[in-house]
Amino acid sequence: MDLFLHQVLAGLATGGIYACMALAIVMIYQAIDHLNFAQGEMAMFSTFIAWQLMQWGLPYWVAFVATIVISFAAGVLLEQTVLRPLHGAPVLSHIVVFIALFAILNSAAGFIWDYTVKPFPTPFGTQPLFGQGLMSAHDGGMIAVTLIILVLLYLFFRHTRIGLAMRAAAANPASARLVGIRVGWMVALGWGMAAAIGAVAGMLIAPVVFLEPNMMISILLYGFAGAVVGGLTSPLGAVIGGFSVGVIENLAGTFIPYVGREMKLTIALALIVAVLTVKPSGLLGRRVMTRV
Amino acid sequence: MSDVLLSTRNLHAFYGNLQVLHGLDFSIATGGVTTLLGANGAGKTTTLRALTGMVRTRGDIVFGGRAIGGFATEDIARLGIAHVPEGRGTFSRMTAEENLQLGAMTRGDRRGIAADIERVYAYFPRLAERKNQQAGTLSVGEQQMLAIARALMLRPKLMLLDEPSFGLAPRIVEEMFVILRRLNQEEGVALMLVEQNAALALELADQASLIETGRLVMAGPAQDIGRDENVRRAYLGY
Repeated sequence: MDLFLHQVLAGLATGGIYACMALAIVMIYQAIDHLNFAQGEMAMFSTFIAWQLMQWGLPYWVAFVATIVISFAAGVLLEQTVLRPLHGAPVLSHIVVFIALFAILNSAAGFIWDYTVKPFPTPFGTQPLFGQGLMSAHDGGMIAVTLIILVLLYLFFRHTRIGLAMRAAAANPASARLVGIRVGWMVALGWGMAAAIGAVAGMLIAPVVFLEPNMMISILLYGFAGAVVGGLTSPLGAVIGGFSVGVIENLAGTFIPYVGREMKLTIALALIVAVLTVKPSGLLGRRVMTRV
Repeated sequence: MSDVLLSTRNLHAFYGNLQVLHGLDFSIATGGVTTLLGANGAGKTTTLRALTGMVRTRGDIVFGGRAIGGFATEDIARLGIAHVPEGRGTFSRMTAEENLQLGAMTRGDRRGIAADIERVYAYFPRLAERKNQQAGTLSVGEQQMLAIARALMLRPKLMLLDEPSFGLAPRIVEEMFVILRRLNQEEGVALMLVEQNAALALELADQASLIETGRLVMAGPAQDIGRDENVRRAYLGY
């Protein structure tokens, strides 16, 4: 029972990171109808920036906030320079650009910071939380930070005018323009926010998986799995999906024979295939009711 | 003429390489009601889309003394042209009230917006009853009312209405036209109306234009156009 609880809690902790990645993916998918394969590499690059800032002597939380700001700006800039000209281009053009971004960011990180695995500090410490040993303080910190981000995002989208405008721009760009919303800026803002959320996810997971240019590849797959489970069109679904994937992954790795640590990633892929086959709209995917 | 709100000269419009409008000249008076008649595919919807920059255009569009040809749709909206598009353009997953909030997105005056929402509810009491309902679940008539209400939240000088009676029960259409007349008279909003129901449109309008395959073939006071024999046969059915 203790082992079970332990695995569930650990699953929730990494699940929070998957939830953040899933959320970033869903936000961009909502805005431009494409899956950003480079989301993980953007997060990895942000994490390197945080590491670099700390190497230059900045304290953890200063580097943390600075990285979020830099990532936000970089996300906006990326949309304006690379994605904007692609507006209305076919799906394959987008895929090629995302793969290119993936390769460029991955190689650039390797070129600048090399491929040696680096430790990344945790601000929460690694001691057991509450002295019970069920969960480490870093796991607790990950869950807490994830929840704070989710609450902030919820408040932003539900209760601010700009949040409403962003939702409108994603849901119905043509009508949004007719009421005077600058849809292009909203999309850029979405990219900035997705990049910032990814940066937080990267910085939180780096102490667990260690810092290197390929650190986010498997995390992104889990994020995709979470987004697909949740239904790709629902931010809340993405969050629930992300947490579920974390828990399922851990439980399967522990309790199903032969799965073990090495086969865990297979679970994510199996989940994606299973959801797409059985219920393509996911847990909370859009099923709009309209009366005609 | 100082009371011209909007005028076009030699207006062309294109979908890709396909040219749909071939040089339209018309004007809309401040506070007036103009209706645009024509058969399906004549270019009525395209004319409205051309005015709000939703299609590629050539030629001049002057609104309130300002050349707006080639402006982005959102900038034209900000100048005070509210377009109620074909199909209503409802934000279907948001509540009715959120739709109204979105209509006022370009405005910063929170108090004015709150007051306007109440004012709009006075015109459309049914929307007030349903303000927290997801807009996509409203009836077609209610969605059309919501679309007009949303446009009104912009405090427009000119409202473009694309087939507002489409798919609505006759009783609802009548109700809506009464409200449109009141909006025009009480709020001073100029209307440009594209309507399949030509009889009703001519009754509301003071000016009418007739287009055929992207060209203006007749324009003048609505009464005269309504008396024209060809128009009567082709569009009024008697």
